[in-house]
Amino acid sequence: MESLINMVLLSLLAVVTIGVVRLRNLFAVIILGGIYSFLMASVLIVLDAVDVAMTEASVGAGISTVLMLTVLYMTRVEEAKPVHTPMLPIFVAGGTGAVLVYGTWGLPAFGLADTPINTHVGMAYMDLSIPDTGIPNVVTSVLASYRGFDTFGETTVVFTAGIGVLLLLRRGVSLARLRRKQQEEESKS
Amino acid sequence: MEVLQPILAHFNHWITIFLMVAGLYVVVARGNMIKKLIGLSLFQTSVYLLYISPGKILGGTAPIIGDNIEVYSNPLPHVLILTAIVVGVATLALGLGLVVRINEVYGTIEEDEIFTQEDDDE
Repeated sequence: MESLINMVLLSLLAVVTIGVVRLRNLFAVIILGGIYSFLMASVLIVLDAVDVAMTEASVGAGISTVLMLTVLYMTRVEEAKPVHTPMLPIFVAGGTGAVLVYGTWGLPAFGLADTPINTHVGMAYMDLSIPDTGIPNVVTSVLASYRGFDTFGETTVVFTAGIGVLLLLRRGVSLARLRRKQQEEESKS
Repeated sequence: MEVLQPILAHFNHWITIFLMVAGLYVVVARGNMIKKLIGLSLFQTSVYLLYISPGKILGGTAPIIGDNIEVYSNPLPHVLILTAIVVGVATLALGLGLVVRINEVYGTIEEDEIFTQEDDDE
C-alpha cells in the first residue's frame, strides 16, 4: 500500500514536471512549481521524512514561489521563442538519463532494511539519541547536536547569500539613480 | 502487487532520474533566466528524492522514538536534505538577485537578446 501511494504521487510529480518544461508562460510555470513542491512534500511524508516535508512545503512552495513571483513582477511574463533547435540539449539530457537508468540496476531495491545505507551510522543514531541527548526526534538531535557544525556551515552559507543579494540590489538602485541623473543632465544641455 | 514488484523496486530511482534530466534539459535548452533557475531547482529537488528514497524502510515510520514502534526509517538522509533545502533557497535568492540586476542593465532576461546586444556594442 505504501509503495502504491508513493508510485501514484511520483507519477503526478512527473506529469507536473512535463508541464513545467513545456509551458512558456512564466507565471503558470511558477505556480506549477508551487504545486510541484507540495507534491514533493507529500512524497516525502510517504517516505517518512516528515521534517523535510515541512521544510519543503514552507520553503519550496512558500518562500521560493514568492521570490520568483517578485522577480517576475520586475521582468517579463512571457518567455521568448527559442532560436536554436533543442536537439543538442535533448541528446545531452537523454544520454545522461540513459546512463543513470543503466546505473540503477546496481542499486538495492526500494524499502529494504538490510541495504548498506540502512545498516551503518544512520541507524546507530536511533539507539544513541535518547541516552546521549534525551531528544525523541532523532532528526532534530542529529541536526542540532551530532552534526551541529553542518548546521553552522549552512547558516554561514545563508548569511553569505543574504549579503550577496543585498549588495547586488543596492548597487542596482544606485546605478539606476546615476543613470537617471545623467539623462536629466543630457536633456538639460 | 506481485507483478508490480520489479517496477516498484526501482520506480523511485527512475522518477528521480526523470526529474534530474528534465531539470538539466531546461537549464541547457532555455534562454530565459527565470526558467533556467526553475530548471536548476527541479534538478535540486530530484537530489532530495535521490537521498530520501533509499533511507525509507517499508513498514517503518518516521524517526521519532515512541512506544510500541519497532521499525524506523533512516534519519541521516533527512538531516542532510534539510540542510540542502535551506542552502537551495539561499542560492535561488542570489540567482534571482542577479536576474534583477541583468534586467536593469540590459532590459531583458533572454540570453539570446543579451548576446545580440553585446555583439552590437562591439
